Amino acid sequence: MHYEAPIRKPLIEGDKSYHDITVDVVRPVESSAPKSWWLVFSLALVAFLWGVGCILYTIGVGIGTWGLNKTVGWAWDITNFVWWVGIGHAGTLISAVLLLFRQKWRMSINRSAEAMTIFSVIQAALFPGIHMGRIWMAYFVLPIPNQFGSLWVNFNSPLLWDVFAISTYFSVSVVFWYVGLIPDFAMIRDRAVKPVQKHIYKILSFGWGGKAKHWQRFEEVSLVLAGLATPLVLSVHTIVSMDFATSVIPGWHTTIFPPYFVAGAIFSGFAMVQTLLIIVRKVFKMEQYITIQHIEMMNIIIMLTGSIVGIAYITELFIAWYSGVEYEQYAFLNRATGPYWWAYWSMMTCNVFSPQFMWFKKLRTSLMFTFFISIVVNIGMWFERFVIIVTSLHRDYLPSSWSMFSPTFVDIGIFIGTIGFFFVLFLLYARTFPVIAQAELKTILKSSGDNYKKLQEKNEHVEH
Amino acid sequence: MFEFSSRLKTISYVLMLIGAIAVGYSFLAGGGHDEAHGEGEHAAMHDDHADAEHGEHAEHHAPAAHHGHGDHAMPDADDFSYHKGASRAVPENNHFYSSPEHHDAEHTHHQMENKPWANLLVNSFWALALGLGALFFMAVQYAAQVGWSAVVLRILEAMSGFIWVPGLVILVIILTGWFHIGGNHVYHWMAEGIMDPESANYDSIIAGKEAFLNGPFFTLRAIIYLVGWVGAAFLLRKMSLKMEQSGVDYNQNWVKMRNLGAGFLVFFAVTSSTSAWDWIMSIDTHWFSTLFGWYVFATMFVSALTALMMIVLYLKGKGYLPEVNTSHIHDIAKFMFAFSIFWTYLWFSQFMLIWYSNIPEEVTYYMARFGEYKGLFFTMVALNFIFPVTVLMSRDSKRNRGFVFTAGIVILFGHWLDIFIMIMPGTVGSNWSLGLVQIGTMLGFVGLFINVVFRGLSKAPLMIKNHPMYTESKHFHI
Repeated sequence: MHYEAPIRKPLIEGDKSYHDITVDVVRPVESSAPKSWWLVFSLALVAFLWGVGCILYTIGVGIGTWGLNKTVGWAWDITNFVWWVGIGHAGTLISAVLLLFRQKWRMSINRSAEAMTIFSVIQAALFPGIHMGRIWMAYFVLPIPNQFGSLWVNFNSPLLWDVFAISTYFSVSVVFWYVGLIPDFAMIRDRAVKPVQKHIYKILSFGWGGKAKHWQRFEEVSLVLAGLATPLVLSVHTIVSMDFATSVIPGWHTTIFPPYFVAGAIFSGFAMVQTLLIIVRKVFKMEQYITIQHIEMMNIIIMLTGSIVGIAYITELFIAWYSGVEYEQYAFLNRATGPYWWAYWSMMTCNVFSPQFMWFKKLRTSLMFTFFISIVVNIGMWFERFVIIVTSLHRDYLPSSWSMFSPTFVDIGIFIGTIGFFFVLFLLYARTFPVIAQAELKTILKSSGDNYKKLQEKNEHVEH
Repeated sequence: MFEFSSRLKTISYVLMLIGAIAVGYSFLAGGGHDEAHGEGEHAAMHDDHADAEHGEHAEHHAPAAHHGHGDHAMPDADDFSYHKGASRAVPENNHFYSSPEHHDAEHTHHQMENKPWANLLVNSFWALALGLGALFFMAVQYAAQVGWSAVVLRILEAMSGFIWVPGLVILVIILTGWFHIGGNHVYHWMAEGIMDPESANYDSIIAGKEAFLNGPFFTLRAIIYLVGWVGAAFLLRKMSLKMEQSGVDYNQNWVKMRNLGAGFLVFFAVTSSTSAWDWIMSIDTHWFSTLFGWYVFATMFVSALTALMMIVLYLKGKGYLPEVNTSHIHDIAKFMFAFSIFWTYLWFSQFMLIWYSNIPEEVTYYMARFGEYKGLFFTMVALNFIFPVTVLMSRDSKRNRGFVFTAGIVILFGHWLDIFIMIMPGTVGSNWSLGLVQIGTMLGFVGLFINVVFRGLSKAPLMIKNHPMYTESKHFHI
């Protein structure tokens, strides 16, 4: 068995046995939803329906219902798209990259993080779809032969690479998530007493029997998928960044974009994981699985990625000056001091300064503070995309084309609608899925459970 | 305790001697007329014009320019004259790019004089990468509470004890350039009058960078970097040696090292980029790329991981490090594999975005590398990407010591070549050579590295037995 240094803190608290883990994880699925769940769910549903209304209005009337103009042809739609895609990075990063780095603490959080990933990629995918205007022509983005009656796609365009990157990422994330769920669904199936419920979970668990051969294949496929998912996580936001960086727009065309977008995506994704899990652990009483140490680890990642993003901002600023290119210099001066200065400084405050508080152990182990910062970071990362997109566009090469952007109620409605949709999906998930990967978690009980760690310590003292 | 065998010591001295001969010869020969490159006569031909033509850089000597490589890699449309009048473009007196059309006499003369200096910079930066990358990796091991690597920490300590050696060489290159000693024109922005509007040598874009690129600030920065790196390496070593004493709270000491490691990473995050801008990017003074610092970091990190692997394998081969098992070797090899891909990711991001946008002031960088350096450029990509990805892909190959060692030699050379291609086009242009002098200097630095690192290794036990992660690392098995 894996030996763990005594200096490491336990990852499972509260003297748990294998059976305790099963019972704790399955409880929300087997019990009926409390009133508060229905309340939040209804709110999310209303927001979602409002968003659906705005989307239908857009499709019926046209993109003219948005606040776009000739100069600022991309604004909230792409901002929201990038924001959601970015949030959709943490899940697969946790389950794939942290798996490769053998970080055991990922096990209590990966399930929910992956669910969040999938739901936010769905929100992201909506935006390019409706931006097409004629959404029924959406299949035009796929390379369908010309005989079909369409034009062959432009392989030189990063927008097309996006189609491939995001659809691949989404598929692999769903498969990865689902493979992990199979033993857990089987656990629910084995416990279910109502025949309908039992039947549903029986189908979902693909006849899992828990045999040695099943586990061996399970682990093999997990490792292969982790290997596949790791470059995919990096590729998605890399290609999103190339939507901008391949252009010749000052403020968009900069070589640091790919890694810096990836860091920013992980940053915002972890912030969203914090927002969700701080609530989940409280409501589902899972504090002994998602411990303060887990929160602290995620805060450290937020601090790290926030600082990487900060260095990238400052590098951009510095190189804009260093380049001696008038247009580059102006683009950044305009960001910081132009009409959108408030957006720029919101971004700087939320993304660069606020994570620095996490250097203090007291703050990064405080739930209230973590929750607050996670919201701040989410706001900041929305502003980052807004700043990049709108401030670079609104000052065109021709001063006569200069303009501003203001969103219409449709822009705002669709954005709120996606937030509603996201929470509808997440709330449904939380009541029907095991929110902790219990089968995986059980593998570390004997090395990282507090009861076993104490036992081990005692034994070591006896030996000496 | 590790004993620095006299045989290895002798090898290191022989390598150092080779290096000294190579460097000495390159300076005596005044720019390496030795190589079979057949371009040496340039300098002599144009030497006497040097002063007379001082102010006429803008004139294109293209048709008359003599150069050994017959093929014009760039079509006429991409000649550096098209930019005239375009405000976003390269100014007329942008004479330092190694366009084949662009050999004026003084320029060629400077390039020839630069050869020994550029060679020294390539090799000292590469050697610095081995030490600095190791220091970074060690700081990460503490900051991230890594368990598996505790059995190789002493090697990382010894490697980071090497930083000052190439650091001093770089400092010498900076100072001789600043004070125009020994024909060092490696940093073009240090040239006389280049920031003076009255001077015939004036370059408005370079003058715009004066606040950052000036002798005193440049030197001060270099000193700050070196003091910070050497200081962090020294402190971590000191605290690590505390683990050998009795009566010390080892866990407490480890927590302190963790804090220091995290603090160093912040310093490193800034200085790894700025030092790359200073020492390498400012060679192509007009050119800029926001990614450059991170790209150089990737090269540095892969090189250090490879060197770590080779030292571990050497020591294992001599019967040391019984605690290091195949799983540890497998893990270091995984790092080499993964960060070779990371390097490729950054290389591709920088290259592709610049190629795609094709903006004159940026694309010159790759045009220079596609002109005279095309073969080397693609060899370098193959060695640093295709080679490690294919040979280190499988589990068996990562666990095969002899195989990984051999692969390590290729990867180290690949990253040496990467640094070569970063530095040479802006310093010596088409007058580059890759022969006995360059390889000899590299061997010299390898000798220095072996001597300093193994001396460091012999001064303390190879295992930090009181490290809180030691037992976890010893039992590490995957």
